[in-house]
Amino acid sequence: MKIAVCIKQVPDTETKVRIAADGRSLDETGVTFVVSPYDEIAVEEGLRIKEKRGGEVVAFSVGDERVSTSLRTVLALGADRAVHLKDPAFENSDALGLSRILAAALKPEAFDLILFGKQAVGTDRGQLGPRVAELLDLPHVGVVVRLALEGDRFTAHREVEGAQEVMEGGLPVVLTAQKGLNEPRYASLKGILAAKKKEIKVLTIAELGLNPSMVGSAGARTRWEKLELPPARTAGKILKGMDPGEAARELVRLLREEAKVI
Amino acid sequence: MKPFKALDYYAIDGLLSEEERLIRDTIRAFVSEQVLPRIEKHFREGTFPKELIPPLAELGTLGSSLQGYGCAGLGPVAYGLIMQELERGDSGLRSFVSVQGGLVMYPIHAFGSEEQKEKWLPAMARGEVIGCFGLTEPDFGSNPAGMLTHVVKKGDKYVLNGTKAWITNGTLADLAVVWAKLDGEVQGFLVEKGTPGFGSKDHEGKFSLRASVTSELFFQDCAIPVSNRLPKAEGLKAALACLNQARYGIAWGVMGSALAVFDEALEYAKTRIVFGKPVAGFQLQQRKLVWMATEITKGQLLCLQLGRLKEAAKATPQQVSMAKMNNCYVARECAKLGREILGANGITDEYQVGRHLCNIESVYTYEGTHDVHTLIVGQDLTGIAAYS
Ligand SMILES: Cc1cc2nc3c(=O)[nH]c(=O)nc-3n(C[C@H](O)[C@H](O)[C@H](O)COP(=O)(O)OP(=O)(O)OC[C@H]3O[C@@H](n4cnc5c(N)ncnc54)[C@H](O)[C@@H]3O)c2cc1C
Repeated sequence: MKIAVCIKQVPDTETKVRIAADGRSLDETGVTFVVSPYDEIAVEEGLRIKEKRGGEVVAFSVGDERVSTSLRTVLALGADRAVHLKDPAFENSDALGLSRILAAALKPEAFDLILFGKQAVGTDRGQLGPRVAELLDLPHVGVVVRLALEGDRFTAHREVEGAQEVMEGGLPVVLTAQKGLNEPRYASLKGILAAKKKEIKVLTIAELGLNPSMVGSAGARTRWEKLELPPARTAGKILKGMDPGEAARELVRLLREEAKVI
Repeated sequence: MKPFKALDYYAIDGLLSEEERLIRDTIRAFVSEQVLPRIEKHFREGTFPKELIPPLAELGTLGSSLQGYGCAGLGPVAYGLIMQELERGDSGLRSFVSVQGGLVMYPIHAFGSEEQKEKWLPAMARGEVIGCFGLTEPDFGSNPAGMLTHVVKKGDKYVLNGTKAWITNGTLADLAVVWAKLDGEVQGFLVEKGTPGFGSKDHEGKFSLRASVTSELFFQDCAIPVSNRLPKAEGLKAALACLNQARYGIAWGVMGSALAVFDEALEYAKTRIVFGKPVAGFQLQQRKLVWMATEITKGQLLCLQLGRLKEAAKATPQQVSMAKMNNCYVARECAKLGREILGANGITDEYQVGRHLCNIESVYTYEGTHDVHTLIVGQDLTGIAAYS
């Protein structure tokens, strides 16, 4: 099994977001970056499949130098090698540009399985999985919560409104991971030490054979026009799943003990 | 549980390698997600969280600084960071890992025969065998040289008699490293649980390190094979070498306790309103927070430089003493100040500070009290021993 996992580096979900002076990007000072949580689930799924069926897990990410720490994290978790798609021309790529970069890098390797998180936290676009599948002319199943492989066939359960859809098909396939698919592991200390010796290969626009007009700002069909913080407001509290008597008692308790107004 | 953001006022993070940071962050996440949600209950009930042994082993935290035998072979700074993160969770949990790695696996690794190493170290790294370290006795704590526990050789057996007290992991352990006198000289012996004549009993009524097991060990004509002596452990200095190892970890560990307490106190001070403004808005309270932040920053730098010296095999035991002494003092003061800031909430286990406050009393005392480390550094500076 040759398994690819595409990961994105995102600000830690606890980050207090600040908008940069240009009004259309994030101020990155003091921000810690992590592997997007849904991508962690994709990595875990790839590792589990490899552990059962053998083969290799290769991590891919597009971004500047900073992204290499996230690739190192995935290597520490157990991925075999990583590919860092890094070129000044890639900056400000939109989902279309990013999918072109990833597809160009994935194509020559002929993977059996290409995994993504269902969306990256922060931008929450959820576009890359389906776009890459389209560019590679592969089938795609999104928002997968259960996956079984048998020979060169897969069965994937995906969440739909109030139900689960079961999709079957043949490999190769592009899947995007949803919470519930698995519980990601912690890197072991030995894994972290071993990661140092694993390869992170850097590929530039020239090596991918892409035209600069296809990626970055030049190739973008969408761009961030303006970023605004939502107006500040204090969170309300909703008492759910109780009968009215219980809810009233709880409300009185909260007014007394938390709000301390009675 | 939300991710923990530790104070890093001097951008010390930048002095760590990428690998050291990754190790630190991994243990930090583990503590937030797996330790903190369950530790108060264990502390309240006075039980050790045994369910954490398998994941701690899987992560590779047991004997993580040792080379070979299934151990991770980490450098001293990475090891220290692990201790810091574990103690950010609870001093009892860090004690468990310190004892297993620094006080039991380390002496077997350093002073054991090849056979002993093969037999015990991989199983201990996997968390299948738990160890304890018996040096202290009811009447000899700061002065272990006075110990009464002794062995005599009878045929192919050593026969052990005596009592050890305050032994972390005592009743939990499958294997005890016991220090006893053979012909008047202190030596190390491996005693397995279940050996006839070996009994143990927990110390009751602790208000400190409640989520850790602390026990007395009894040896009454306890016969062990001669092959259970640690062949290369000659004299008390072997036991002290173990302590030096564990004390180094404590110097880092207590910074974790201080970071937890500082974080909680700062958050509380910013949100709790008194006299119409946040607690943090009053000069008296800012002074406490500033003291904590300053001393924690100094303590972190002390640890890091000590770690770099250790990496270069240049750290002296006296330098380790200074760090243990200073950082335990700082953590103890931080716990007190943090508790003050939390007012009445500081005395309930809904907040962490009370637990750290109680725990740190043990850490301040074990592995050489603050006084004893002061005397060690004092002797180093003056050339005059002032112990007796
Ligand atoms: C929770 C816990 C876990 C422990 N775990 C272990 C363990 O796993 N293994 C182990 O072997 N031991 C363990 N200990 C024991 C610990 O190391 C001893 O308690 C410590 O060394 C102090 O000894 P003591 O309690 O007998 O105090 P004492 O030596 O009786 O000291 C009493 C007081 O006198 C002071 N004092 C002593 N000597 C001098 C001096 N020369 N000059 C000035 N002041 C002095 C001390 O600083 C202290 O304030 C543990 C202790 C605790 C509390």
